[in-house]
Amino acid sequence: MFLRLFAIQGAWNYETMTGNGIAFCLEPALRRLPGGRGGAAYAEAMARQSGYFNAHPYLAAVAVGALARAELDGIPAAQIERFKVAATGPLGSIGDRLVWAGWLPFCSALALLAFGLGAAPGVVVGLFLACYNIVHVALRAWGLRAGWVHGLRVAQALGTPILRQGPAHVTRATALLAGLALPSAAVGIIGPGRAVLGGVLGGVIALAAAITALQGRADGWRVALFVLALFTLFASVR
Amino acid sequence: MSELVLGQLAPLAVLGALLGLDVVAFPQAMLSRPIVAATLTGGFLGVPERGLLVGVALEFFALESMPFGATRYPEWGSASVVGAALFAPVAEGTAGAMLLAVLVALGTAGLGGSSVHLLRRVNAALARRQQVRIARGSGSAVVALQLAGLTADLVRGGLLTVAVLLVARPATTALLGALTVSATLSRAMVVGTASAVGLAALWKLGRTTPGAPWYLAVGLGAGFALAGGLL
Repeated sequence: MFLRLFAIQGAWNYETMTGNGIAFCLEPALRRLPGGRGGAAYAEAMARQSGYFNAHPYLAAVAVGALARAELDGIPAAQIERFKVAATGPLGSIGDRLVWAGWLPFCSALALLAFGLGAAPGVVVGLFLACYNIVHVALRAWGLRAGWVHGLRVAQALGTPILRQGPAHVTRATALLAGLALPSAAVGIIGPGRAVLGGVLGGVIALAAAITALQGRADGWRVALFVLALFTLFASVR
Repeated sequence: MSELVLGQLAPLAVLGALLGLDVVAFPQAMLSRPIVAATLTGGFLGVPERGLLVGVALEFFALESMPFGATRYPEWGSASVVGAALFAPVAEGTAGAMLLAVLVALGTAGLGGSSVHLLRRVNAALARRQQVRIARGSGSAVVALQLAGLTADLVRGGLLTVAVLLVARPATTALLGALTVSATLSRAMVVGTASAVGLAALWKLGRTTPGAPWYLAVGLGAGFALAGGLL
């Protein structure tokens, strides 16, 4: 089950979202139901678990553990369905805040700082992958275990201070580290001829302010694509 | 396309496929982040330092687009392979090399994002086709659907990498000769836009957390002092 968690989003789609992935991860556990693979209990559980479900992919491990426990304990189907509906929101929002908006940018900033300070490519990549994946793999393993231990009462495990207050601390640490990393990484790329740095700084502030002012009406990378395409055109025809 | 890259096209396609797969489907270990994917590609081509350079530039852009749930976001895995494969073989100091590599990588990331969106619709269609078997509780149908999704994503990333490289490499080689800007100015342009996108992304991420904007300001102050010392 643990290894299958890494492929939980393999058949992600806009209708059942992670639903098929949940059933895929649970399948080895469900073989232990009375009658085994060919049994009625297995078929009923597989059908139930392959319906709609959505959560952060790492914290979906919590649901997988809890659902495996519930199915093997013979918890009524209606109760299992209610759990799936209730778990979707918290497992999505906690994971998004902790990982996508917290730990991932933190690790990016750490790697950018390492680059800015002149670390070798292997060190930069190794640092990023080791830092990120220690938490990534630990989160999946903890989630599966917490779900299995607590079953459908796993909400109490989600109340741990790390998950409740952790995201805010990680965001502050990311802000500090990224602020530290950005200038030195930029200098590291520009290389020789750093006299243009003042102009770059002015441009960065102006463009960042413009992107922020757009407030989601246009993605920053699309704006950048447009600006760089215009510059390329200018540089090739002048 | 330079001989070096042509000879390496098949392995690059495999790299693009594997790193494209990592974005969402398997194993989401962030091997697909530009700072990793581009460096790996550079390493594969024998110049990891140049891969890292383009990877760092793309990483600034990628700070903006985290893989939140059902949202559509650029696919950085295959795009980083393309960016590094275009930049790495070009002689150091060539004006506009990074500019064109990043430009193509950004376009590829957008195309990749659209192809992931399309794949999700294909996955839904495949799921509908298997609906009767899945509703009857067929474990093999569930596993087959998962494997089909994984395989399709792998193929998607590989095809995208090959298609873009086949078109972009001759086009960028031709354009490189026509550009009239210095290497420093073109790099500064890339770094300027990339840093701006990264800074705006950090502001968006941090502004809802009490105190985070101050941490960012303090970090930037220290960062500029540090960068000044590095100059």
